[in-house]
Order: sequence, then C-alpha cells, then structure tokens
Amino acid sequence: MSSSPPRLTPSRQAYVAILSKDLRAELRTLQSLPAMALFAVTTFVIFRFGLDRTQLSGSLAAGVLWATLLFAALLGVNRLFVAEREEGGFDAIRLAPIDRSVLFAAKATALFAYLAVLELVVVPIFALFFLGSAAALGPLVAVLLLADLGIAATGTLISSMAVHSRARDLLGPLVLLPLIVPLMIAATGASEPLLAAGGPGYHRFGTWLAVLSLYDLIFLLLGYAVFDFLLED
Amino acid sequence: MGPTLAIDEPALSLVGLRRDYGERTVLDGIGLELGRGETLLVLGPNGAGKTTLLRILATLLRPSGGEVRALGCSLPDEAWKLRGRVGLLGHEPLLYRDLSGRENLRFHANLQGLRGEAAEARIAELLAAVDMDRRADQHVAELSAGMRQRLAITRCVLHEPELLLLDEPDSNLDAEGRELARALIGPGAGRTRVVVSHDPERFEAEAQQVLRLEAGGKAVAA
Repeated sequence: MSSSPPRLTPSRQAYVAILSKDLRAELRTLQSLPAMALFAVTTFVIFRFGLDRTQLSGSLAAGVLWATLLFAALLGVNRLFVAEREEGGFDAIRLAPIDRSVLFAAKATALFAYLAVLELVVVPIFALFFLGSAAALGPLVAVLLLADLGIAATGTLISSMAVHSRARDLLGPLVLLPLIVPLMIAATGASEPLLAAGGPGYHRFGTWLAVLSLYDLIFLLLGYAVFDFLLED
Repeated sequence: MGPTLAIDEPALSLVGLRRDYGERTVLDGIGLELGRGETLLVLGPNGAGKTTLLRILATLLRPSGGEVRALGCSLPDEAWKLRGRVGLLGHEPLLYRDLSGRENLRFHANLQGLRGEAAEARIAELLAAVDMDRRADQHVAELSAGMRQRLAITRCVLHEPELLLLDEPDSNLDAEGRELARALIGPGAGRTRVVVSHDPERFEAEAQQVLRLEAGGKAVAA
C-alpha cells in the first residue's frame, strides 16, 4: 500500500488565483477604492481651503500630496486581509499545497494595483487644485510607482499581522507609519524639485529614486522571507 | 520521492498528543492508531478539544507535545507533504461571500493544483452530486446555510483527499442534503475519516474507532 507523493501547486497558478479573486471581489463590492479616493479628494479640498492657497509648489506641494496619499493608502491596507480573516481564507490558503509567500506576493500586487488606480484618479485632481501646469506629472509617475511598491510591501506585511488583532484599525497604522517614514522622506524628496515653482527640476532626483528602490527591495525581500512564519499558528 | 505509507503503517498515529493554549491544556495524552480507509468518531462536550484535534491533523495548528503521524507524514515537520492530501470540513465553510459558488470552487481548485478543463469538469461533477448545479452562479451570501454546507462539502473533496477531517458534517443539511453528502464524504467513498459529532447514534455504526474526549483536556479512548 502506498500513498500519493506530495505535490506543490505551481506558484504562478496560486498567485493568479489569489490575485484574481481579490480583484474580482473588489470590483464587485467596491469596498476599498471608492473610500480611498473619497478620502483623498476630501483632504485636497480641506488643504485648499485650510491653506487658503490656489497654488502650491516645492516641499509644501510634495507634503500635501504624500500625506494625503499615505493616509488614503491606510484605508486599503486595513481592509487587505479582512475577507481572509472573516471568511476563512487564511485556513483555505494554509490547507493548500502552496508556497505561502505567494499570498504575500498576490496581496502586495493587489494593494499596488489599488494605489495605482487611486493615483490615476486623484493625482490629476491634485494638479487641478494646486499646480499651475501638468508638466510635473510625467516624471512624477516614477516616484509614485516606486513609492507604491514600498507601501504595498510594507502594508501587506503589517496588515497580515494586525488583522488577527481586535484592535487592527489602530495597530496597523501604529506599526506601519514609523516603518514607512523613510519611504515618505524619499518620496517627498524626489517630488519636491518636480513640483517646484517655474517647472520641474531634477536636483538629487536620481538619488531619491535609488533610496526608494532600496527601500522597496528590502521590504519585498523581508516579506518574502518572513511571511510563511506569520501564517503559522 | 514522496512519503510512502508502509503496508503495516496506520493512516493516522497519535502518541501522547498534547496541545496547550497558553497555560490551558486542551488535549492531553491522546493516543490511537487508525487504519487506512477507516473512520474515527470523536465525541465530547463543547470545549473538549475536538476541533483542536482536527486542526492539528489538518496542519493548521502545531501540537505542543507528543507524536503525530498522518498518511506517513510526521507533524508538524512534514506538514508541507500532507497539505493537498487532506480535506477539512470545519465550522466555517471557507467560502467567500462575494463570489459565486462556482467561483469559490474554481479558486480552491486552482490552489489545489487543478486547472483548466479538468478543474471545470470536476467542479461540474461535484455540483451535480450535491444538487447545486443550478444555484452555483449565485453569490454565496445569497445562499442558505444548508446550501453553503453543500458547497463546503464539494470544496472539501474537490482535490480527492485521502484523509477527510469532518466537523459536524451534517450541520444545516436537510435529509436530502445528508443523503447527497454521504456519497461524497461517507464511508463508502473509501477515504480515511475523522468525524467530530455531538450525535453518536448518527455516526457510531460507521466508525471503526471512537475517541471520547472529556472537558478539561483529558481524553479517554473508547
């Protein structure tokens, strides 16, 4: 009498299954993206009237943009694993013969996609509210994408830990925000010359992009390395 | 080369199994052997550790002490070899409410390594077996508890597991549902089964062994 050999589902297949499940559920329920977008637009309106300025530039413009995007992203981070916790998805994934790091990769990709769609909507609104021209938007895309990757990696890691706590809405931001400070410094540093009055500049732009890339690499590798242990009981 | 189950090796072997939650011992000194294709019925009051036992065998919990071997795999060290060969039917159906039944099964099939036409054929066969083929495209949130249980049963056997871990498998099922489920997870399916139930009369005739757990962490093999 012999038993079946152990089998491992190909990681690509499991990754596509988890990611497409998440995106399908979000498209159907719209639980994250509309709230993130509404938060961001409302914050821009508050800044516009609170600062009593029709135009912003340099560090102030970069600060307004990144503070708004970061706090909007937190809404998505908090909801990232809610279905897994409430509907048994964690158990289903832990029962399957898959490399559990695939869950990290799929969730980080989903969060990255939410952030990219959010920015597609709200960054033009930011430009409309505060910038004299749209010239900075082109080079800003590189900063946005690299920062999104870092937020997605760190956010997925922290969200997977916080979701098991009853105080997850508090615990997530409490742990995430200090970790993400270096990313925000680099993102605002890279954005500041792009949003300067008189047109985009590129002073130390490459250096800040390198810092963003390094941050992304560290947290992607960290997530890949420790995620398996985070799913243990 | 995968783990092979020697002719004389039981499908399930527990020696002095213990599980603690902090300072509270939930399972204490459980020992038994179960042959391949046999059924173990686990009985006991609420909080006696029945679900904990199933979750250990499903590789979802680590034992705190003792030895556990399932299908030739030592737990927790060889848990990765066991996953994909176990079907768990627990208190929760493990179905996403915002997806349809068919989408849920497709998701689980993909996680279990099934894909394409083979997966679709298997899903269609199982949906028909539990008479859910006409309701399979409805969102799970819109289905009754009994229909969710039927879907959960199809999810549990989708990948043709060798070991079934069934926690109150009849819950929420009507007489017709119980009969349909029996064809998939009953003793006739030829799988090794661990069944947790509060209703000894319902499953005792099917079981080769009965394990009675007492509240407070002690276990008495019957």
